[in-house]
Amino acid sequence: MTAASAPPMIRVAGVDKFFGPLHVLKNVQLEVPKGQVVVVLGPSGSGKSTLCRTINRLEPIDSGVIEVDGQPLPAEGKELARLRADVGMVFQSFNLFAHKTIVENVMLAPVKVRKTPAADARRTAMELLERVGIANQADKFPAQLSGGQQQRAAIARALAMKPKVMLFDEPTSALDPEMVQEVLDVMTGLAKDGMTMLVVTHEMGFARKAADRVIFMSDGEVVEDSTPEEFFSAPKSNRAKDFLGKILTH
Amino acid sequence: MSVLTNNLDLFLRLFGQTLQLFAISAVLSLVLGTLLAALRVSPVPVFRGIGATYVTVLRNTPLTLVFVFFLFAYPLLEIVKIEPYTAAVTALSLYTAAFVCEVVRSGINTVPVGQAEASRALGLTFTQMLGNVVLPQALRSVVPPMTSTMIALLKNTTVASGFAVPQAGSIRDALSEQGDNVLFGLLWVAIGFVVLVMPLTYVQQVFEKRWSVAR
Repeated sequence: MTAASAPPMIRVAGVDKFFGPLHVLKNVQLEVPKGQVVVVLGPSGSGKSTLCRTINRLEPIDSGVIEVDGQPLPAEGKELARLRADVGMVFQSFNLFAHKTIVENVMLAPVKVRKTPAADARRTAMELLERVGIANQADKFPAQLSGGQQQRAAIARALAMKPKVMLFDEPTSALDPEMVQEVLDVMTGLAKDGMTMLVVTHEMGFARKAADRVIFMSDGEVVEDSTPEEFFSAPKSNRAKDFLGKILTH
Repeated sequence: MSVLTNNLDLFLRLFGQTLQLFAISAVLSLVLGTLLAALRVSPVPVFRGIGATYVTVLRNTPLTLVFVFFLFAYPLLEIVKIEPYTAAVTALSLYTAAFVCEVVRSGINTVPVGQAEASRALGLTFTQMLGNVVLPQALRSVVPPMTSTMIALLKNTTVASGFAVPQAGSIRDALSEQGDNVLFGLLWVAIGFVVLVMPLTYVQQVFEKRWSVAR
């Protein structure tokens, strides 16, 4: 199951991060091998979103090392932009470009960053929109779509860059309940296709079904790192038991 | 009425000068002001410092003093000789750019942070993010205050009267030399400005309408 010799797709080692006096990440260690789907769980304020955002340096860290595909994160600038192009990210609030149509949203980065000819970029964009099931919405503006459709468009936009790894920062937390499943279905499909994924979520069903590994964070620390079966049936720490007790009882 | 009809040539020529001063200074200040706004939101602290210093110096200085500098003090430095007309355009452009910068920056601040984050996460550089994502969205909220800034620029061109650069503000001098009724002359100048500002207000409405749909 675990990759033997190749460098892990994501390596986080001894990472600390402070927001002022608040110690949000405490000596965090995490490795995600190529092709693995890792779900990060934990109560709000546990640092899981921050961890996700440090991996493409949307949040700079105070100490430690983060490597993507064996390459340490460069400082702000062209180098970092190049690395970010290979790391797809999906946000809780979608963040589609409000002034561009859905297909333009998907085409923008391939055309500007990868210098793909517009016609090719459009063809790929339409294929991706087809794949996430919203090709018929291609010429609408983001505000005209439902939350679930917007999030699927955002996933297509990230995939258009052919990323080596995808980061999901609570992708379904801003969605109405009936739209959660359509987004999770797309994500499950990606996982089956072998995409390396780091998913911060509260969707226990997705964690059980699609995750190879579950990371449990609390108070800025990685408390547990196990398989979904192990984590849900026999959590080791009291903090994890307490957390599961709260969410699984209702 | 006779003041206007008897001097129609004078009025048309000098209002033409006003429009020319305005048009050149408007283009220059819009370009420079936008570049300054980009400096002010850049991730490089030195660039932000340059932008902030420029705005502080130019915005806090009376326009008349900026004119005095470029028409009387600057020539003493003997760098490149400039005509009074060029000096007037320079003074108006540099001064207005500080205001344009702040208008554009306030527009940038209305664009949600997530738009910039999504651009960065996709690998866009700072300039690509600004040009393709942030500025196009900032433009919408910028239209009303930018129109006000441009109207102020149009009216500020009359400051050039004090510096022998002829435009609509100089009409009074010409009339008084000829012994014409200055009071009515000035009234016609005022009406002239009202008429000139009206198209600007119209342009504002057109842009507001067009950009409010595309979202």
